[in-house]
Amino acid sequence: MYRIAKKAALSDVTTLMEIDAPHVAAKAKAGQFVIVRIDEFGERIPLTIADYDSGKGTVTLIFQEVGKSTRQLGKMKTGDQISSFAGPLGHPTEIAKYGTVVCVGGGVGIAPVYPIAKALREAGNTVLSIIGARNRSLLFWEERMKAVSDELIICTDDGSYGRQAVVTEPLRELLDDRNRKVDRVWAIGPAVMMKFVTLTTKPYNIPTTVSLNTIMIDGTGMCGGCRVLLNDGAQFVCVDGPEFNGHKVDWDSLLSRLTYYREEERLAAERFGHICRLEGAAQNNG
Amino acid sequence: MADITIEERKKIKRHDMPNQDQFVRRGNFDEVALGYSEETARQEAERCLQCKDPKCTKGCPVGVLIPQFIKALREGDMISAVHWMKVKNNLPAVCGRVCPQEIQCEGSCILGKKGQPVAIGRLERFVGDYELRHRTCPPVKATETGKRVAVVGSGPAGLTCAVDLGRDGHDVTIFESLHGPGGVLMYGIPEFRLPKGIVQSEISYAVECLGISIRTDHVIGRTFTLDELLAEYDAVFLGTGAGLPSFMKMHGINLNGVMSANEFLTRVNLMKAYRFPEYDTPVKIGKKVAVIGAGNVAMDAVRCCLRLQSLQEQKTGGDAGEVHIVYRRSCDEIPARMEEYHHAVEEGVIFDFLTGPIEIMGNGNGAVHALRCVKMRLGDPDQSGRRQPVAIEDSEFDLEVDTVIMALGTRPNPLVFVDAPGLERTKKGTAVADAATGRTQKPRVWAGGDIVTGAATVISAMGAGKRAAADMNKFLKGEAPW
Repeated sequence: MYRIAKKAALSDVTTLMEIDAPHVAAKAKAGQFVIVRIDEFGERIPLTIADYDSGKGTVTLIFQEVGKSTRQLGKMKTGDQISSFAGPLGHPTEIAKYGTVVCVGGGVGIAPVYPIAKALREAGNTVLSIIGARNRSLLFWEERMKAVSDELIICTDDGSYGRQAVVTEPLRELLDDRNRKVDRVWAIGPAVMMKFVTLTTKPYNIPTTVSLNTIMIDGTGMCGGCRVLLNDGAQFVCVDGPEFNGHKVDWDSLLSRLTYYREEERLAAERFGHICRLEGAAQNNG
Repeated sequence: MADITIEERKKIKRHDMPNQDQFVRRGNFDEVALGYSEETARQEAERCLQCKDPKCTKGCPVGVLIPQFIKALREGDMISAVHWMKVKNNLPAVCGRVCPQEIQCEGSCILGKKGQPVAIGRLERFVGDYELRHRTCPPVKATETGKRVAVVGSGPAGLTCAVDLGRDGHDVTIFESLHGPGGVLMYGIPEFRLPKGIVQSEISYAVECLGISIRTDHVIGRTFTLDELLAEYDAVFLGTGAGLPSFMKMHGINLNGVMSANEFLTRVNLMKAYRFPEYDTPVKIGKKVAVIGAGNVAMDAVRCCLRLQSLQEQKTGGDAGEVHIVYRRSCDEIPARMEEYHHAVEEGVIFDFLTGPIEIMGNGNGAVHALRCVKMRLGDPDQSGRRQPVAIEDSEFDLEVDTVIMALGTRPNPLVFVDAPGLERTKKGTAVADAATGRTQKPRVWAGGDIVTGAATVISAMGAGKRAAADMNKFLKGEAPW
């Protein structure tokens, strides 16, 4: 069992948790992920590592409460125990001195982009960061991102904070800026955002790394459910990734595969909502 | 029946295994083979001729003392029967269910020359199940040696190795990457063939008695490297199996509705998706399923499909589904056990033999619509002696399906080789290890089971675990230096 050492709400639907897992914290690197399973009925959910502290022995996860499992996890409290926590999995980000890099984080993707930006900065890169979300309430870690970036651009779809734009707009401007030479781009966020980031950088021929979060069970190469089509064949996100050259990814296939269990996800979430209401009613009556 | 003659014994007919009704069982995940009653078991045990030179024991990869346990069984001395069994086999309730006895112990039984061999597997299961209920003969740990051993993987090879080393008095820790121990016994083999409760109690029984610790959620190669284990432990056994699925290199493998048998079986068995939404993990199969391949894994997958379709049918009252095995050779070449094939036929699986898949066709919305196949005929034998399938010209046709499951074999998982300098691998990705001792090219590291042989059977992995444990024990006691 793994204890929740700290829990904090970053927004209405975004939750931060620090999990006591010293053996994972000791090995974790930017770009890797863990598999979390809440209890004996739980599914195995892959979550990208947002931060880690080998001194404290904790791994930080940030997740959006969108489905049954993440909502259930979000209801747990500091001191509660989760039943499985395996990792760190996948390859770490290839940190090197590239020159000027752009780190794009969309929505909950701000969390995993943070340790990457931090490591890239520590490696001597000039880090330009763009973070974006649908609206102000979904944004988090502005200060943290600012602390590891030479410049930080913030945008929201509805203009409720920062610039009203999708992340690809300021990105294109950075790429067009003659006074700069962007050497590499990282993009983490919803698949559709990553797709458009890669479409934006493609004409400039700038290497663009994306971190994929596909349907996955074991996370160790066993099921192959996470396979992604690259233009030179299929690879497994869990063992070959999770980071890939975004220009090679077949995004339409990826987006389509992400929808395969949508009906079941809806059903499970509905049922969970129903159970929560019943429990709430029972508590009120008790 | 104390004093009956050999001739009389030979006249007793082999006792059938009582099975769940074929029409009922395709609607549930309960065990198909119900097991012998005590009476039937003892009657079947009377058939054994107690050969002086027992071929059955030689036919068993772990050398179970078969005549001894059968003799005790027919005398009604269950405690001795369990004792004889456990001299060589730590997991009898598992082996009695999943071993290919027809090519091992029973295949060697002298009675099989003229008639039906003794049903050794069924008797083994009977004894194993008895012991799980009564715990008459708990494994005993020898005087502690103070030596520490790490066993990587808790499938058949790792478990067997761990238990043997525990009995030898060593301090054993098992590292398992998934959330529970058992490996392929938990994620691969379905509940209706090997109930998970049996696996769990078999494991917990041995592990508790011998003080073995199991660290789940530990992925060796990531959480710890092999070299880190070697710094902490006196010896390491690698039994990580062959868990990496192969996909055919054909168009359409990334369409929705295409999955590996590993994914499908892991969802169904380990994650209990057949009980979704009570369990969180879903599994989705359509009305018409094609399973490509005809090995045991394919049979397991296809029979799970039938059951899922029936459960769906019971829920929604819709039409019955259809499940096909698509195999490019003929019925004579299928690698699956005959018993599994017969069960599948009884349950209503459609076998499309001499049918080679060439492409998965999409429906335009990213989902499977059909499997394009070509008719095959058997040509000349290849090097292995099997007749090679040859495509028949202009015989392409589309098998309309909405789900395609690929059961085409698996390769060893490469993760354990990460940062493990000196651990040699073959081109096929298997670990190089001595067949007799399990020693790899890397000092203090042994390996056995599917990681060495590629996908094989539970019992052969157990045999490898056993041989490695024997050599590791000698090494740890200073009797066999590296």
